[in-house]
Amino acid sequence: MDSSVENSVKAVRRSKEEKKVLRKQLKASHTLLKHEGINTAAQPTKNLVVANGGLGNGVSREELSAALKEMGEVEMLIMPPHKPYAFVTYRSEESARKAHIHLNGQKLQCEENSVTLYLSYVDSVTYEEGASVTLPEGLVLVQDFVSPEEEALILSSVDWSSTVDSVTAQKALKHRRVKHYGFEFRYDNNNVDKDKPLPAGIPEECLPMLEQCVRNGHINVMPDQLTVNQYEAGQGIPPHVDTHSAFEDTILSLSLGAKTVMEFRHPDGRAVAVVLPSRSLLVMKGESRYLWTHGITPRKFDMVPACDPQSPAYKPDLGTHSNLTLSKRGTRTSFTFRKIRYEPCGCAFPSACDSQGAPSAPLPTQPSPPTLPSCHADATRLEEEYVHRVYDSIASHFSSTRHSPWPRVCHFLSSLPPGSLLADVGCGNGKYLGVNPELIAVGCDRSSALVQICAERDFHVFVSDALSVPLPTASCDACISIAVIHHFSTQERRLAAVRELVRLLKPGGRGLIYVWAYEQEYNKQKSKYLKDHNKEHDGKCSPTKYTSDDCQEPHETSSIPDHHKPTDNQQDVNTVTDSKLSVHTNRTAFNTQDLLVPWHLKEGKKQVEKESGDSEKKIKRKEMSKKISSDSCSGLNPKTDPCPVLDPIISSSDSKPSPKADVTQTSSSALNSELVNSPAPVFHRYYHVFQQGELEQLCGQVAGVKVQSSYHDQGNWCVILEKA
Amino acid sequence: MKLLTHNMLTSHVKGVTKGYPLLIKATAVKVNEVEFNPQFVSRMIPKLEWGVLVQAADWLGQREDLPAELVSDYEKNDDFLKKVHRVLLEVEVIEGCLQCPESGREFPISKGIPNMLLNEDEV
Repeated sequence: MDSSVENSVKAVRRSKEEKKVLRKQLKASHTLLKHEGINTAAQPTKNLVVANGGLGNGVSREELSAALKEMGEVEMLIMPPHKPYAFVTYRSEESARKAHIHLNGQKLQCEENSVTLYLSYVDSVTYEEGASVTLPEGLVLVQDFVSPEEEALILSSVDWSSTVDSVTAQKALKHRRVKHYGFEFRYDNNNVDKDKPLPAGIPEECLPMLEQCVRNGHINVMPDQLTVNQYEAGQGIPPHVDTHSAFEDTILSLSLGAKTVMEFRHPDGRAVAVVLPSRSLLVMKGESRYLWTHGITPRKFDMVPACDPQSPAYKPDLGTHSNLTLSKRGTRTSFTFRKIRYEPCGCAFPSACDSQGAPSAPLPTQPSPPTLPSCHADATRLEEEYVHRVYDSIASHFSSTRHSPWPRVCHFLSSLPPGSLLADVGCGNGKYLGVNPELIAVGCDRSSALVQICAERDFHVFVSDALSVPLPTASCDACISIAVIHHFSTQERRLAAVRELVRLLKPGGRGLIYVWAYEQEYNKQKSKYLKDHNKEHDGKCSPTKYTSDDCQEPHETSSIPDHHKPTDNQQDVNTVTDSKLSVHTNRTAFNTQDLLVPWHLKEGKKQVEKESGDSEKKIKRKEMSKKISSDSCSGLNPKTDPCPVLDPIISSSDSKPSPKADVTQTSSSALNSELVNSPAPVFHRYYHVFQQGELEQLCGQVAGVKVQSSYHDQGNWCVILEKA
Repeated sequence: MKLLTHNMLTSHVKGVTKGYPLLIKATAVKVNEVEFNPQFVSRMIPKLEWGVLVQAADWLGQREDLPAELVSDYEKNDDFLKKVHRVLLEVEVIEGCLQCPESGREFPISKGIPNMLLNEDEV
């Protein structure tokens, strides 16, 4: 962002480029106004909103700050959690003006990807900090409890060299290394063998700090059990409550090495993320020890306050912070000191107390949803698990819900000259391959089960990946990619998918891309995906969530365990730290761009139809007949004729019982296989839903192609490309 | 796999520069009757690699008297168009494989569907 920026701005290709930037900037400011209530100002001010330069886009404070500082002295930089934008206030209006000129439309290269920044003036920075979140009752965090010297000494007391060690009961757990002193904590029954003390007691290096704890009143008695956990970046511990009957009230946890973020959750859904800096002591007592779960989400980056933890303004709970940045995790070692309990627990929280009849285990360990991939290998693994396998498993049911081609796709196909060669990359069940019989159409899909369905319909198809299509360069008159690219889990791979599509096109050839939109409401119109939600509410669909199987995507998913669900919602609403993919609630607005969308596999169809009542069936029939009459797409007005069934919208259609009903075996995913025994198997597909302008921006990065037009079609963003 | 598809497919294994045409090794071939549309076939012909189609038909023993050179004025030659129609759209490889002419990599054809997926290290 230095001289090269100025050069490119001064360069000759002014008008066109500038227009494009202006257009995008305008779009960005509209989006900001619409979704965030941020009013941009026409006249220069000291404040700018930087669209795309947000934590939610994977931009770190350091990266953005460096670029902004080039333009002048920055007074304040606010990066609201999870948002795709940031606010900067410059000392002077002149600096803001400079930033506006030089950074607008410029790419910012970040660790994981690159984003194009769009800047607009704002009159004032109005970002409201979230309501202050208080720490759970009984929780105390003591900063700098030990000195760096003591830290080194305590760390040196643990010998990790042997892999299994009966003296200290060392275990290599799946997600972390662990060692026990005094007594072994057994993960099979979540308790300790109180009659079998380990040969090694608490290391004497720890005693001074424990004595200090007693002196300061953090704990009444010396602990007699120590569990040392070592977490590498990307590792964590599932949410849990320490077994009441195993340990006395107070639990001490000393954090050494890298800092991390621990999440506390109350059974009522409240969640508090607490930053545990290096050398801090966490004291859990009372409600925070007995009732709240605590855990560490496995990930490689945390969102943490950007301010200095030493400063008086430092607040450990993240809910109150607007100036966050991304912090890369390092190795963290925690020392958890506890006192063995010999009498039954008589705490005031019987619902969580195994001594008082609650299930003995802490909350069962939930299979953890996957996190957003941070490298190529993670991305392919995620897609394999949460896209490819899912489609192979649900192919038949999926296909039965995908009978109606979308009108505007048909319109595109009908506009192609007879004899044009068309490639449908990601053709699914082939519903577009026969739309215009005058085209020479070939299709491919990653899912062999779906391709099989196409083959049975006598289409020309093969199995291939959209990133590597086995067709010659410049061989196709037209290409379509309908509801495909949103399944790629990194920006890089989404870009590669567009690039591959463009490669196939002949010069002058046209491509059509549809992706699912983050904005399910556009121009005050709710997409059908959202509308159907209301229909489900108002119509005959049973409001009793666990029996209503009549909607294919019940708004309340029945198969995600009850206690798991609010947790997921909570992650989106309250905490600001989660990069874990959240599970979308079907037919609701999106609150994040990367997510898992449940697919409720339908098995018993007959009963369902009875339950769902007539109104829905009639609608379906109407849609079907509309579809039949408009199959040729001629005379179809895409403006007035709404898509009957929108992909990835799932209609409660005339699905046949799937011959592959028992498919749960095919997925090894924790999240997907968790549901083996549930009545209706649920599969989770990964999606990256696109924000306004994002698809155009993506295509803009591919050389030799221009975006001919772009539009929003029933909850999808769409572009028509033309190869130069 | 119809020979129309074969006419378009190319090997996309990393490093391969001449991946076209793919060799056909068929173990099961079927001929289905498909409705003849002379206009459609004549529109398709200019999009084809003619030599590759003839060769493919040859490999499968389905060439019959298809000429090595494309005839002129085929638009009006229903006889010729029928022959093209037959090899393009009626002959189908059900089982076998396609082989990359350069790397030798084989892509299986099963139930009439070529599987062109590559391994991680081939992309």
